Amino acid sequence: MATRLLAAPELKLPDIDYPALAPMLVLFGVACVGVLVEAFVPRRLRYRLQVSLAIGGLVAALVMVIVSSGRELTTAGAAIAVDGPALFLQGAVAALGLVAMLLIADRTVEPGGAFVSQASVAVGTTADRQQSGQPGATEVYPLALFALGGMMMFVAANDLLTLFVALEVFSLPLYLLCGLARRRRLLSQEAAVKYFLLGAFSSAFFLYGVALLYGFAGTVQMAGLREAVGDTGRNPTLLVLGLSMLAVGLLFKAAAVPFHVWTPDVYQGAPTPITALMAACTKVAAFGGLLRVFVIAFPVGALDWRPVLVVIAIATMLVGAILAVTQTDIKRLLAYSSIANAGYALTGVLALNREGVAGTMFYVVAYGFAVLAAFGIVTLVRDPDGEATHLARWAGLGRRSPLLAALFTFLMLAFAGIPLTSGFTSKFAVFSAALGADQVALVIVGVLSSAILAFPYLRVVVLMYLSEPAEDTPTVSVPGVFTATALTIGVLATALLGLAPGVVLDIASQAAGFVS
Amino acid sequence: MTGMRSFPFLSLLTLLPLAGAVVVATLPRGKPKLAKLTALGFSLAVTVLTGLMWAAYSTTGDRFQFRESYPWIPRWGVSFTFAADGIALVMLALIAVLTPVVILASWHDAERPEGGEPGRRSVPAFFALLLALECTMIGVFAAADVFLFLVFFEAMLVPMYFLIGSFGGARRQYAAVKFFLYSLVGSLLMLVAVIGLWVISADQLGQATFDWAKLAELDIAEGTQRWLFLGFFVAFAVKAPFFPFHTWLPDAGGAAPAGAAAMLVGVLDKVGTFGMLRYCLPLFPEASRAFAPMVLVIALIGVLYAALLAVGQNDLKRLVSYTSISHFGLIGIGIFAFTSQAGTGAVLYMVNHGLATGLLFLVVGMLVARRGSALISDFGGAGKLVPVLSGVFFIAGLASLSLPGTAPFVSEFLVLLGTFGVNPWVAVLATFGIILAAGYVLWMYQRTMQGTLNPTLTEARGMRRDLTRREVVVVAPLVALILLLGAYPKPVIDVIEPAVQATLSDLGVSDPVPSSAKGGK
Repeated sequence: MATRLLAAPELKLPDIDYPALAPMLVLFGVACVGVLVEAFVPRRLRYRLQVSLAIGGLVAALVMVIVSSGRELTTAGAAIAVDGPALFLQGAVAALGLVAMLLIADRTVEPGGAFVSQASVAVGTTADRQQSGQPGATEVYPLALFALGGMMMFVAANDLLTLFVALEVFSLPLYLLCGLARRRRLLSQEAAVKYFLLGAFSSAFFLYGVALLYGFAGTVQMAGLREAVGDTGRNPTLLVLGLSMLAVGLLFKAAAVPFHVWTPDVYQGAPTPITALMAACTKVAAFGGLLRVFVIAFPVGALDWRPVLVVIAIATMLVGAILAVTQTDIKRLLAYSSIANAGYALTGVLALNREGVAGTMFYVVAYGFAVLAAFGIVTLVRDPDGEATHLARWAGLGRRSPLLAALFTFLMLAFAGIPLTSGFTSKFAVFSAALGADQVALVIVGVLSSAILAFPYLRVVVLMYLSEPAEDTPTVSVPGVFTATALTIGVLATALLGLAPGVVLDIASQAAGFVS
Repeated sequence: MTGMRSFPFLSLLTLLPLAGAVVVATLPRGKPKLAKLTALGFSLAVTVLTGLMWAAYSTTGDRFQFRESYPWIPRWGVSFTFAADGIALVMLALIAVLTPVVILASWHDAERPEGGEPGRRSVPAFFALLLALECTMIGVFAAADVFLFLVFFEAMLVPMYFLIGSFGGARRQYAAVKFFLYSLVGSLLMLVAVIGLWVISADQLGQATFDWAKLAELDIAEGTQRWLFLGFFVAFAVKAPFFPFHTWLPDAGGAAPAGAAAMLVGVLDKVGTFGMLRYCLPLFPEASRAFAPMVLVIALIGVLYAALLAVGQNDLKRLVSYTSISHFGLIGIGIFAFTSQAGTGAVLYMVNHGLATGLLFLVVGMLVARRGSALISDFGGAGKLVPVLSGVFFIAGLASLSLPGTAPFVSEFLVLLGTFGVNPWVAVLATFGIILAAGYVLWMYQRTMQGTLNPTLTEARGMRRDLTRREVVVVAPLVALILLLGAYPKPVIDVIEPAVQATLSDLGVSDPVPSSAKGGK
């Protein structure tokens, strides 16, 4: 012990630029306070307090990201890089997280909220029946904040170990949140277990990949890896194996084929606000990580990994689009659509240039807002058993609730990439970057798969408008303030990013330069 | 008139129906009459504005007039740039004439859709969709920025999709989705070609742009040109539609309400042939010349094949749709014959076909509304019950088969004459299509209007009423224009010809008039 203490002066603590870390620190801090609130504040006060804390924390984090805009530095011993992409994506996580948090906080659509009171109570027991009327758990707010904080760290991580820690920090709360649905609890718990098991596998792959890459380069720093990749004297086997395993971990979170199989089950089983959070924010985080790893740490040189990623992107677009056609459940349909969208975003990554980085970042933000609004609408279509997610139940919804159907149609057209919506401009951004980098095949598959994908979207529109309402057409709940605000933000963003994308495009383009 | 030329006609023309659509959509459902009158008012305002623009257009002036440009997405070099050449101008005039007529013709269609249950559909929505469609169609012809064109080209699908899907007859959902998907595949392929063009512009000009005028100056390698040409051409061939991309039209035309079908075939499909003239030929001249024989062959197949199918139809609206496919083949031949005569004829045909087929669809719509069925076998001897309507139907039919004296005759004649000089066998084979046209039109008329009276017809209450006053107002302008342009097409030809010649000079084809004169020597 004594020798250790004596040796302490040699251990030099890294300099920490606290303002640069502030957005993450705020979220983690507020999340910790949230845990204390759970422990010490009376139950009846918790909901209001937690919601205020969560929303206040996210707004504060967003403001701090905006204040830091333009900074470029690495801090905490180069473990965290605060640069254009990191700040842009952190801002995106905070903004999308805020909208998702509004959906999570809603308690008017479903009395007591979308979450169960005590998830540990076995389904179908007397205790379970007793708790069915109780308000939902308030632990979800700190959990979601931990996840969002982890995502913010993930997009800024400048070495592979920090990346791994961030991955776990945002994944673990998500596994838990998936199992907390108030209705269809078995499905929800199955989703949680499935997500956890597959996620644990992918994390193991990721970690093993990091170990091999450390063996290859002798460092886990992005800059060091970049140097090592350029050095021809090293063992390529370690690089190939290490990078493949790392990619498995990252592509799993991005829901790219063939690491996508969890997506439909988890998206369907999870409480819909959590599904929205995963579809919007996890995607942003996953692509932030992919961009940093592939653009910074592993430049195409001795090892040209592009063909593999091109095949994955093509498979992702096609599998997502084709399987979406056969879906009969709106949440599964949106899940497959999210898989296909991962393929389109990968198209931007594969451009491997500044336009590609900017295009991908624009894409995930545009997609995030649209998908949040879409899942927000899914929470509103209900029958006495909860959300009516089977597509057949949506028939004739346009007659009953023209406004809601019009909004959902608009979002479907956006997903289909029709002009004057963000879907068109964002597809344009990634496809133009890819075509500029001579990825012609990728772009052609991209547009053809979008045409296939338009079919399921149109089918929903047909069902809502052109089909006769069935006797048991579900009712559409009047959204509370929270959900209404979330929907408004999502739809407005989708329209604005389609009509006047200039501002966000400029920000994304200026923010497309990495430091390492 | 010089002062008039700087007036922002084109942006106002695009915005006016859009404003109309918004206004009409917000009107209460309980006052259908108000929605109809408002829609009619907006469409007539567009007509007046287009008339003023026509008057301000100088046939001897610049190729593109009324140019306006406002920045939109500077980072991508996208701007709201509008400009019209003679070809665009006549198409805008066609829209201006057809839209109010269609609105008036569809007066009761939203309340009493064929095959649909009455009273459950929103009247304001129907007319708002018609105005939104007008906005996107005007935009497509007025755009001089390729990105803007693409935006309108795709956006055009949405109102038409809902017009067919929500207000159409039997099988409307199938037809609407098929229409949407076919068109979407085409426009997505065009999107790739547009991006490709944009990337090339960034390489060659140092600054990426979508400005048509700058893109037309690019020097593109022929191999690249061919791919880009195909991207654009397939989109336009689906839209026009050309054989073998035509199968959506009979379904869409058959299921759409008559007014929407008249807009679909009368104007919307012309975007395809317009696009070939504006984008394929000037932007990719070498590729256009290389692909011309192939295009002529598929256009010729379209002329003959669709005419044969038309003969065999038992559904009036599907029959008219097939005749249109046949006529579009002829327009395609005129465009790809690369002579100014044939080109001028093709553009004139686009206008005349819009008037003739528009009229035919509207009259068929009136018949179908009366009988409650579009099947030819459900008619027979109807001329005895509704003589005036049957007379108008006859005129529309004759115009459709290009009888001398009606407007389509002039254009068809020009196409065949211009083609004969350079490609005699194509012209000769295409003439068979015209013979078939006489067959299907006259046989259709015979089976519906003449012969013994079908006893079920007298039971249909609607058949007791001949043309109403509203319907007279609908058909009168179209009949008048068909006859007028048949006798005196010069004002329209004067507008079209310089634009066609400019297009051919972009293409690098020598003035074809001496060459045909040489053939005559």
